Amino acid sequence: MTAEWSCAKQGPVAQRSAEHPHETVPELCTYRLEIAVRPDLSDALATATGAQLAGLHPTGLRSRKVYWLDLDISPDEARQVLAALTDPVAEVGAIGALADDFGAPAGAAGHPWLLTIGFRPGVTDSVGTSVKRAAEDCLGRALRGQVYTGTTYAIWGLEEAHAERAARELHNPLIERATLERSPRPQAFAVPRAGGVHEAVVATVALGAADDATLMRISTQGMLALTLTEMRAIQRHFVDLGRDPTDAELECLAQTWSEHCKHKIFAAPIEYTDPDGATRTIDRGLFRTYIRGATEAIAAARAADDGDAPFLVSVFHDNAGVVRFSDADHLVYKVETHNSPSALDPYGGAMTGIVGVNRDSLGTGLGADLLTNVWGYCFGEPDFAGQLPPGLMHPRKIRDGVHRGVIDGGNQSGIPYSRGWELFDARYAGKPLVYCGTVAVMPVTSAGRPTAEKVVRAGDVVVMLGGRIGKDGIHGATFSSVELDESSPVQAVQIGDPITQKMVADFLTEARELGLYSGLTDNGAGGLSSSIGEMATFTGGADIDLALAPLKYPGLMPWEVLISEAQERMTLAVPKDRLEALLELARRREVEATPLGEFTSSGRLRATWAGKPVLDLGLEFLHEGTPRVPLRARWSPPARPESAPAAVAAVLGEQRLADAPGSIGHDLLDMLVRPNMASHEHLGRRYDHEVKGLSVVKPWVGARQDVPSTATVMRARHLRPEGVILAEGVHPHYGDLDTDAMARACVDEAVRRALCAGARIDRLAALDNFCWPDPVQSDKTPDGEHKLAQLVRCCEGLRAACEAFGVPLVSGKDSMKNDAHLGGVKISIPPTLLVSVIGQMPDVRRALDLAPIAAGDLVFVLGPTGRHLGGSELSRQRGLVLHGVPTTDLAAAAARYAAFAAARDAGLVRSAHVAGRGGLAVALAHMTLAGELGLEVAVTDELLRPVPEDMSLTPAEFLFSESTGRIVFTCKPAAAGELTARLGGHGLQALGQVAAPGEDGGGWLRVRRGAQTIVELTAAALRERFRPAALHGPPAPLPARAQEVQR
Amino acid sequence: MNPLAIEGAAEVRALVLTGYGLNCEAETCAALQTIGARVTARHVADAIADDDALAGHPLVVFIGGFSFGDHIASGRVFANRLRYRMGERLQRHVEAGGLVLGICNGFQTIVKLGLLPGLEPGLQQRVSLVMNDRLGYWDAWVRLAVDRASPCVFTRDLPPTIELPSRHGEGKLVFETGPLRQVLEDRHLIPVRYADETGAPTERWPDNPDGSPGGIAGLCDPSGRVFGLMPHPEAYLYPENHPHWIAQREAGTLPEHGLGLHLLAGGVRAIASR
Repeated sequence: MTAEWSCAKQGPVAQRSAEHPHETVPELCTYRLEIAVRPDLSDALATATGAQLAGLHPTGLRSRKVYWLDLDISPDEARQVLAALTDPVAEVGAIGALADDFGAPAGAAGHPWLLTIGFRPGVTDSVGTSVKRAAEDCLGRALRGQVYTGTTYAIWGLEEAHAERAARELHNPLIERATLERSPRPQAFAVPRAGGVHEAVVATVALGAADDATLMRISTQGMLALTLTEMRAIQRHFVDLGRDPTDAELECLAQTWSEHCKHKIFAAPIEYTDPDGATRTIDRGLFRTYIRGATEAIAAARAADDGDAPFLVSVFHDNAGVVRFSDADHLVYKVETHNSPSALDPYGGAMTGIVGVNRDSLGTGLGADLLTNVWGYCFGEPDFAGQLPPGLMHPRKIRDGVHRGVIDGGNQSGIPYSRGWELFDARYAGKPLVYCGTVAVMPVTSAGRPTAEKVVRAGDVVVMLGGRIGKDGIHGATFSSVELDESSPVQAVQIGDPITQKMVADFLTEARELGLYSGLTDNGAGGLSSSIGEMATFTGGADIDLALAPLKYPGLMPWEVLISEAQERMTLAVPKDRLEALLELARRREVEATPLGEFTSSGRLRATWAGKPVLDLGLEFLHEGTPRVPLRARWSPPARPESAPAAVAAVLGEQRLADAPGSIGHDLLDMLVRPNMASHEHLGRRYDHEVKGLSVVKPWVGARQDVPSTATVMRARHLRPEGVILAEGVHPHYGDLDTDAMARACVDEAVRRALCAGARIDRLAALDNFCWPDPVQSDKTPDGEHKLAQLVRCCEGLRAACEAFGVPLVSGKDSMKNDAHLGGVKISIPPTLLVSVIGQMPDVRRALDLAPIAAGDLVFVLGPTGRHLGGSELSRQRGLVLHGVPTTDLAAAAARYAAFAAARDAGLVRSAHVAGRGGLAVALAHMTLAGELGLEVAVTDELLRPVPEDMSLTPAEFLFSESTGRIVFTCKPAAAGELTARLGGHGLQALGQVAAPGEDGGGWLRVRRGAQTIVELTAAALRERFRPAALHGPPAPLPARAQEVQR
Repeated sequence: MNPLAIEGAAEVRALVLTGYGLNCEAETCAALQTIGARVTARHVADAIADDDALAGHPLVVFIGGFSFGDHIASGRVFANRLRYRMGERLQRHVEAGGLVLGICNGFQTIVKLGLLPGLEPGLQQRVSLVMNDRLGYWDAWVRLAVDRASPCVFTRDLPPTIELPSRHGEGKLVFETGPLRQVLEDRHLIPVRYADETGAPTERWPDNPDGSPGGIAGLCDPSGRVFGLMPHPEAYLYPENHPHWIAQREAGTLPEHGLGLHLLAGGVRAIASR
């Protein structure tokens, strides 16, 4: 047996605190604790890991938790801590190590490999924080030092090459370290301590005499993402001041002026040229013209109806949009993207995405109560089998990691999810899109004040709340403003710590109701530089001392403290007479709160380090000094010709029915198994959707609860009937043909979905999330003018649709550099707009879902079907290029929806669903699966010729067309007359009838064309294709790059 | 029995402990209020600091959530903290006739604290709740078969089966080595078990989401006053929580209130009627 602990000199380990910034702790002792599941019990982690490594055929696998206690405790105390951490019934623990072959399963012969995976230095280890807390509880005193955690896998039956492969499969070298040892292993006490003992230094950057090449080198090497024009503006500013900037000042400007924070592309004037050469100028930029323009027009139009209670409470100027909901509450909604970090570390990047957007809603106004999350992901094809460029992770590995990150972040925060979706396309392999959103409920007033307004005054104290600062997330804002390449910084990745944030959120709710602070915002992109920089605009200045900020480990430079994006932090403004009460509550709630300085009216943002000047910037230059550079856009419609008529006819032609009866049914079955259409229930149920007890229409509906709902409905508060409805539209494949049509389709589908579930038509609001490939013309982006034109057209479509439906845009986000440049390969995402709609209903007890109710009910489709197979799922499934993208007649759709909502509110509609991706065929399949009843559909001549002057559709075109604006609903037979009277003028057409279940007791779908049956499928057959494969299939192909495995 | 018509419910005071990553306080309080009880929600830290926190609250509820992130193991850090700072008070509360309900993380916590199964005095952990056989969190409704012969006061008025949402990653019950499981079976200290469509206890996924042996979904102590379970009665608070509520509405079978209330009502009724 080797030593159980190590107290050898390991260099000074420094713990700095606000009270004792320069104190260092002497020696600490390191104890390695190993805890395993009792050998006769199953080890679920080992089972799942074994499945992940199935391709390597290990003969046995067991897992052990490993804790390295790097604390000022005695050996006896370490034994007490081990006893407190080990489950006396289910686990066995040891100080040092358990025997190498401990728990060897039957059939596992020989010595195992011992693979230990832990974090790299400085990576957030929230379990380590909890172990330290548990050790303090156990020993009854505060401890110095840190705890580091990891997992050891004992793996039997692998040869060396396979063991190394297992190590690569099980860890992400960007954030984790793997140690592979052959039994018998040596004892190791090395812990991943971070930090150093550097003196804090403030450097100046010699800009004054720099030529253009030098300016660009400073920007590029410093990861500043500033353009030459911007560097010149900064140079000029400091030349006028007669000095050079400090490193902190330059960094602060880079964060604040980053595309991520400043939305320069949406602010720039644009010269737009049509295909026919006509040119016009969008002087005020895209945001003001189209996004805010739409919302202002809608607000003006409804001002008379809203009266004293405007629907829009707070839009565009805060962290999230706020709309009116009930007499007691407003609704807050924000959707963010976290794409670049998720490409590097899917788990940590995605978790940071969800807990980060939680903080946006939490930091709106004076704070709001988090209600529900939404997520949506665009990934490369999960079954991609080709060669990936070096540096890219396999899409399936990204997918698994992203799901796990958002699952852990959301579940541990106690927030259910409502909407979740996935889209797959090879072009997302370079950068995945990871959308995370949060709805919150904001009391109209709290502590006697309107909660939607911050009331910060000069003299209020700047307080940093929550997690400590490390190097994590440095340059996150600027990193997300450039493409992904081999030099992308590791430290740009943060890992969230949901439990710290949950405690912060609970604390803030208490403090808000006690009126202990006057304003708050979250520390996200740009860290303190952004949060304090933004809040300083309320009073006209702020003075802070960065040396007061609590650090995770020593050795950070002042500029690093300023811009670190370490997570779980909020910045508060606290009136001086409330400060003591706030700090006292924070102590009781075990939330770290640190005064850093105060808000002023000096017009300047000033930072010092223990009295030494670090930063002194005028707020006007900081926020308004960004040069607006005009951009050029040139639109050319896609030139790719349609597929040959014979190829099209083979899929869509009338003759096909005669040649191959039943082939349309096969197309439907083949479609349901495609990644974009298949159920992801096996992933969805890993996310909590029930916590809070407010769910009404859940993410999964139907007799077997396995069909994705059209829209979700939940109560906003207990013991009240009002409901919140969420839905979305996302159609990048239409954007390949025309981004204007894409934007209309996105708004239309999101609105239509919300209306199906029961939303009031006059209380809808929307969020826009643009994810684009770089649309600025350059050597790297020779088609920038086209991509910018796509953006302009998208904005035009978005504004047109929002105005037509009277749906204001209340918040949004753009992510404009979604390109990867790796190994000489460039992968750019397709232009992608996500429209998220939030709706309201006065009484959730009237909500609807998509499942047909009873045999004998009638099935109608409302809204005409055209030849819209361009960008459709069927076109991709069958490899066709088709041009007819759905264009959406906005005026007709708006009138149709008003009529539908009125009929619905009159109680005439029993179930409702949208025809969307996959067309009516997929909508009917969903209804069949959900209802477990029969659906008898007749494709009549009238259905194939909805608009008299159009050429008739074929049945295949009718069933798979993705025409927008269509609702499929059921009603009692007795309601048909009144529905026809109300909706006949809006494209109402009889589709068929609901019937009794089949002989197997389950649902079925039959579609007839005259006497011929063209689709006949049971729900069981549909389900067999619709149900997904397991989450962890065989191991993903490994990326072709060297990964470090310590030996 | 109508959970909304308990005579004397307004005199029943319940204490709901919050904080540290617990997250079901709103629905637990709303459910108890709906039954008519007087509810106090209090941060654990404040309850620990107040020696009289439990006094006058015959029902103490340990709610669901992720106490300390479920780090190390679910409920472990929280249970230890309770053991060091509140353990004796909780034991006295139970000895004096008080009720304790642990839901999900609360069940994990009181098991690891040793309040359950509570066969002998003192806080000794004799069973545990460990990771689901299918690793990871799983959110789905389950059917529970109720043991009508159990002394559990919370479940004694329930119908033979009840449906509730279940959502956890560590719900598989394991026993110390020896005859303990048989003792619990014999004394009917297993009031609820995951059941299949026929109402029979099952170990089959997904009817049994965690692989608990015999479908064990909850435990009580011999007095029947300390009860913990993995599924969430407080999240079937409204009829509209049920996954098939729209079909029930259209068929005219929608209950007037969420059926999970019956379970909480059992505890409130036991206090009100003595």
